[in-house]
Amino acid sequence: MTYIAKPKFHHPGLKKNELGYTHRDYEGKISTLCAGCGHDSITASIIEACYELSIEPHRVAKISGIGCSSKTPDYFLGNSHGFNSVHGRMPSVLTGANLANRDLIYLGVSGDGDSASIGFGQFAHSIRRGVNMTYIVENNGVYGLTKGQFSATADRGSKSKKGVTNTDNAIDLVAIALQLGATFVARSFSGDKAQLVPLIAAAIRHKGASFIDVISPCIAFNNHAGSTKSFDYVREHNDAVNRLDVLVGRDPIAVDYAPGTVQLVEQHDGSKIALRKIDADYDPHDRLGAQTFLQKHAAKGQIVTGLLYVDPDAEDLHEHLNTVETPLNTLEADTLCPGSAVLDKINASLR
Amino acid sequence: MPDKKPISSVNDFVVRFANVNGSGSASANEMFARAILRHGVPVSPRNIFPSNIQGLPTWYEVRVTEDGHLGARGGVDMMVAMNPQTWDKDVAGIEPGGYLFYDSTKPMPSTKFRDDITVIGVPLTAITNSTYTDPRQRQLFKNIIYLGSLSALLDMDPKLIEQLIGEQYKGKEKLLSSNVHALHLGRDWALQNLKCPIGLRVKKSDKVGDRIFIEGNSAAALGAVYGGATVCAWYPITPSSSVAEAFTAHCKKYRHDPETGKAKYAIVQGEDELASIGIVIGASWNGARAFTATSGPGISLMTEFIGLSYFAEIPAVIMNIQRAGPSTGMPTRTQQCDIIACAYASHGDTKHVLLFPEDPAEAFEFAAAAFDLAERLQTTIFLMLDLDIGMNHRLCRPLKWDDARQYDRGKVMTAEMLEEGRDFGRYLDVDGDGIPYRTYPGTHPTKGSYFTRGTSRDRYARYSEEGSVYADNMQRLVRKFETAQDLVPRPLQANAERPTKYGVIYFGSTSPAMDEAIGLLEARGHQLDRLRIRAFPFHSSVASFLAEHDFVYVVEQNRDSQLRQLIVNENGIDPVRLVPIVHYDGTPITARFIAKAIGDHQDHLKVTPLRKAVS
Repeated sequence: MTYIAKPKFHHPGLKKNELGYTHRDYEGKISTLCAGCGHDSITASIIEACYELSIEPHRVAKISGIGCSSKTPDYFLGNSHGFNSVHGRMPSVLTGANLANRDLIYLGVSGDGDSASIGFGQFAHSIRRGVNMTYIVENNGVYGLTKGQFSATADRGSKSKKGVTNTDNAIDLVAIALQLGATFVARSFSGDKAQLVPLIAAAIRHKGASFIDVISPCIAFNNHAGSTKSFDYVREHNDAVNRLDVLVGRDPIAVDYAPGTVQLVEQHDGSKIALRKIDADYDPHDRLGAQTFLQKHAAKGQIVTGLLYVDPDAEDLHEHLNTVETPLNTLEADTLCPGSAVLDKINASLR
Repeated sequence: MPDKKPISSVNDFVVRFANVNGSGSASANEMFARAILRHGVPVSPRNIFPSNIQGLPTWYEVRVTEDGHLGARGGVDMMVAMNPQTWDKDVAGIEPGGYLFYDSTKPMPSTKFRDDITVIGVPLTAITNSTYTDPRQRQLFKNIIYLGSLSALLDMDPKLIEQLIGEQYKGKEKLLSSNVHALHLGRDWALQNLKCPIGLRVKKSDKVGDRIFIEGNSAAALGAVYGGATVCAWYPITPSSSVAEAFTAHCKKYRHDPETGKAKYAIVQGEDELASIGIVIGASWNGARAFTATSGPGISLMTEFIGLSYFAEIPAVIMNIQRAGPSTGMPTRTQQCDIIACAYASHGDTKHVLLFPEDPAEAFEFAAAAFDLAERLQTTIFLMLDLDIGMNHRLCRPLKWDDARQYDRGKVMTAEMLEEGRDFGRYLDVDGDGIPYRTYPGTHPTKGSYFTRGTSRDRYARYSEEGSVYADNMQRLVRKFETAQDLVPRPLQANAERPTKYGVIYFGSTSPAMDEAIGLLEARGHQLDRLRIRAFPFHSSVASFLAEHDFVYVVEQNRDSQLRQLIVNENGIDPVRLVPIVHYDGTPITARFIAKAIGDHQDHLKVTPLRKAVS
């Protein structure tokens, strides 16, 4: 509960990252979500990824919409500015924030109600524009905060806790993100930290619109038999295409893997993603192939996870708009205002 | 000969052009208005256009007014009837003794005319077709040919029109000479075949001075450039789209780094108004100056975010170019109908700052000021224009900028201040003015971060549903709104020559019609003190003005007298003393309308005009 202050002391031997920060420096307030909630595991993975990347916590802006998932930015990166905005509108708020200061890291946290229902349009258009962000959907297929209604990602035929069968078709946000031109598309499972942490790290390092759909079972309303977003169901139907590691700077981890099964992807910022391929035929640079692969497996009832698509040379919205390198929020009258001499000329042209 | 004496007037008449939308008439008509300005004679033009791209009727009205009355006058002295679809209505609308100018290529039955007007036929199509073969050229030059004929009929100096053509087609010699040629085709035909000039004449004067001729939307966009806006997000909607388009054009000229060519601005056409205001809120939260431009339906969509801006205290500038509502209403007609919708936008207890510019010059000033106010007050500022100001060229004083002026970025706590150990509470009223400090994201590694939310929270931005904590915050917001009273533009008062118990309150685009109406009312012996409101929250001088007068007329362009409602609500005064004068048919309010409505009410009060009493 948030009224319980989180103790600040920690074990003196706690490991530090390159910047000298421990895990604790990336934590936030104590979660108010239900014990065992998948979202809390995602929070832990975000903390882990930021720690491993040695990101300065205050250089991240955490932006969310409304719902259980959107509450989570309060539970990580306590020294970052957070913005729990309006239901379904995280993408536009994040886009504006990004335009104002291109130097920060933008982490958008949303849920399936937030992104696939009320904010479906904003999700689509922020991806289309190529906003440089990491967009994480904590997807449980259910409205948790209002107690168990189906969301738009609930599979057709899945059962609610009250026994109602969903008759609407499900929206697969990963398929949509691929179609809309996201330049980093992945899916993972909240219970698979080994896969999720490097995915988040790689998404943060990616320049452009990174999208990660994280299936995150709702232990209160969507973890029963008949649900297709329960722990058991996802574990049984998970088909990972690859495992990956993110290599920043001098990290020598790549040598751990046998040649032939590892593919190195170098991103714009020099960081490398090492993909341990599980499915030998899978090519993460082929958007069309990814779409087909996804559909084929969906037809078989399999949930494909891993890094499905990445374009390491992607451009972002700032490049499209050709904005100056200096963050717009630091510009003052001396560079923004054309001044009275120009105004006199404008006046003269209007007579 | 008409059976009514033809109107005879120098520099004081109304010409209306009836055209078909998409026929290319707009630039010729605008050139007509500009040409009269070049004679030193003020004009006030208005577009009356349909919600359509091609084919439907459109009108352009030019009021020629040596006395400088820039409001719509009402009535038409000369109709340039170029649209067969609206012929009957157009002919019927001419004042008795007025003039009808038409294309006489095809003979018209006499029943299509009137006996009490002067009919002037010029075979425009015949002249055009004998000169040009290309259909598009025929269409475009026909407009310039009638401009030429009008110049002869109205005794205008053709050199001044040639000068304008020269400026418009500078560097495009072929277009320049062919336009001048077309002008003279029309002018020479009229001089050779018609009695020129007619009773309506343009005579050189010196009443324009250094004033400029600009549309309100363009001026507001320029105000945003000068005011330091770097992020603009918008969704196309009439009549506001030209704000964003003008901002884009101004930025292309004045906001690129000369060395790198890179843009010192970001403009995004959102997928809807929700995204537009979301982008503005996100950018402002992160310390950039951001705005959107929209109209009534857009405001309706934005209200949830406007509530967030109010409660989470995030700056935003919204330019609302009002049009006739409700719903889709009349998208291309003017009204001042979003006063209540904007003043109290969003659910829960909210109040917002509104600015009411009267013309493009004030639109420029208030637009620039809006960004200072938004950052100072950390809330939404509405710039309330309307179609009449926004989409028409209006003669106004030149735009001014003081180069010593710095932007007021409001209360922002910097890394240095945090380092000094200043107590940072995002919602802590340290100065007693209701305005807390904020920090920009990324300011300091360990100090000054906070969680922004639309839910209730305490002075240190910690979530709280405690009743007293919530009420404390809501009371501070009231204090902040009181602070705003003294920061926003004050009302301007102009008193009648003699002391009077009667007053009139008005705002925005009503201004020129009101000024003119005062003259008409004075001529009838009615004395009125005037108060032009320029912003909400109302300054204390509004309450004083109400206290000093027995009856106050509130003149506005909406059905429900929305400003009057706001005044009554906010000042807690007896509504009976505030008399609504409303005009809401979508046309701009006129001096004739105001003078009649107030005059009739005064007569109803059995007021003996002072002039009669003393005579």
